[in-house]
Amino acid sequence: MKRFRAFLNKEFLHIFRDVRTMMILFLIPVFQVLIFGYVIKNEVKDAKVAVLDFSGDAMTAALVSKLDAANDIEIVKTFSSYDQIEASFRANEIKAAIVFENNFAEKFNSKKTVDLQIILDASDPNLANLLNSYISAIANNYAQDKNIGAAKINVSVEPRMLYNENLSSAYMFVPGTMALILMVITALMSSISIVKEKEMGTMEILLVSPLKPIQIIFGKLAPYAILSIINAVSIIIIGNLIFGVPVLGSPLLLLFVSFVFILMALSLGLLVSNIANSQQVAMFISMFGLLLPTMLLSGFIFPIKNMPLALQYFSYIIPAKYFLTALKSIMLKGLGISYIWKEVTILILMTIAFIGISIKKFKIRLDS
Amino acid sequence: MSEDNIIEVENLVKKFGNFTANDNLTFTVKKSEIFGFLGANGAGKTTAIKILCGILFPTSGNVIVAGFDIYKERNIIKQNIGYMSQGFSLYEDLTVKENIEFYAGIYGVKRKEIKIRLDELVDKLQIHDLKNKFVKDLPLGWKQKIAFSVAIFHKPKIVFLDEPTSGVDPITRRQFWDLIYEAVESGITVFVTTHYMDEAEYCDRISIMVDGKIDAMGTPTELKTMYKAKNMDEVFVKLARKQTEEIK
Repeated sequence: MKRFRAFLNKEFLHIFRDVRTMMILFLIPVFQVLIFGYVIKNEVKDAKVAVLDFSGDAMTAALVSKLDAANDIEIVKTFSSYDQIEASFRANEIKAAIVFENNFAEKFNSKKTVDLQIILDASDPNLANLLNSYISAIANNYAQDKNIGAAKINVSVEPRMLYNENLSSAYMFVPGTMALILMVITALMSSISIVKEKEMGTMEILLVSPLKPIQIIFGKLAPYAILSIINAVSIIIIGNLIFGVPVLGSPLLLLFVSFVFILMALSLGLLVSNIANSQQVAMFISMFGLLLPTMLLSGFIFPIKNMPLALQYFSYIIPAKYFLTALKSIMLKGLGISYIWKEVTILILMTIAFIGISIKKFKIRLDS
Repeated sequence: MSEDNIIEVENLVKKFGNFTANDNLTFTVKKSEIFGFLGANGAGKTTAIKILCGILFPTSGNVIVAGFDIYKERNIIKQNIGYMSQGFSLYEDLTVKENIEFYAGIYGVKRKEIKIRLDELVDKLQIHDLKNKFVKDLPLGWKQKIAFSVAIFHKPKIVFLDEPTSGVDPITRRQFWDLIYEAVESGITVFVTTHYMDEAEYCDRISIMVDGKIDAMGTPTELKTMYKAKNMDEVFVKLARKQTEEIK
């Protein structure tokens, strides 16, 4: 145990002494959460909208003021012809335009149906979709209010976004960033640190020493496991304090799931260090083999169900996918272990598999 | 195993696929001697040293190091040997003191004992101003001397030196050998590989490896007489010539 402590001590010296390592460990996680939280937004906020009103009666005026009053929409222009809309889109002054047909109130009252056109700038498809449903919802709402007391009431669908009622993007990015950062720190850093020993020739010295191989590997991985846990906790706290991302479920379960994911990432790091013979190769494999899939195929940025079928199948072997599902279940839905045991089991099985392959490769290397 | 022998190797064979790196080696190393393991690059020296240190398993043959069997008692052997590799293998981002404390720590030297021996070492090498410097800032010669001191810090019975002097100038090499003699005086057996033939003269006994086989073994004087050579360099050249003639 004393020997192992000496080894652990050395590992922490390596980490605390290297400015780059310290930056990756402690600055990047904070920045990444802040950047993802603040900059990348796919929620509607003060979207500029124009109105083209061919009717100009009391009802359209009421509807316009209702739209303007809505939090996320700002009516900035009132036009009198379609051409103006086109020009305004091109000048990037508005994101959407609403067109009322003539005799709006009259048609509504007599026929109980009237047309309202929404023109959207779909060069930003996410925003266009959101605005579309947002404006439609307000208009339908208004129509329903007006219909009260009438003989026939149209049924309107009123969606309610569960677990993330405001469709806040921070809710998506905080768990995603957590997966990404834990992957970077554990897999990338630990694999580089092991490969560095191979590259410098110090691994041989360690193998000759009375330290058992398992102690060497454990000593190399343990510091990163500890630091990752610290990072996971700080990301959750930043997400909660700054972006209001809740932790509805058990914090202990959240820590447990994070720890399982960290172990999985460490076993991947170990595998990478077995394959790579230089730090550059380790970094390359980690970046393209681990980080990019975590970012792109886990459902973090792009919804998995929108992917081509082949990539959808491929996403099943991306560990972060299961971690994200479990994270969201605990943080946003407040679910317990009985709902996420499948994800946790898959992560544990993956860990065992990666460690198994690493040990096998390690043995082959010792023999030859 | 005889009382005087600290290493006994019998019919050691190590194959990598079809390639035989160590072809039926048999030799012994006596206690407190400097045993030179010579040979050209690729002759199989490093493979043999790795087997003796327990990081490679032999394909066949009996190997006993410090009285323990290489197959069954590797863990005890590891506690009793020191190893210094070609790259000097110190951690560049740690100070001299931290490196020593680390290696002493993983060999289980007690904290108090580490302090005592560290002070002795600092006095002996006169490195009072160097001990808190990072290894990366040291000249090569110092790195090498400190790496050797680290390898024998836990007072092993045998120390294996794998081309310890490669890339160092002759004066530093000479100083390095002074350290080796000192270690031998304190009872440590030194097993050293080198391809510098002048260094071979410093050894008590040498074996010369050619293509995985031991071609000649004895004291430098014995070998020089046997091959009617003025120095070890000539012995080596004659051996190599014999080899080529055999192939013809």
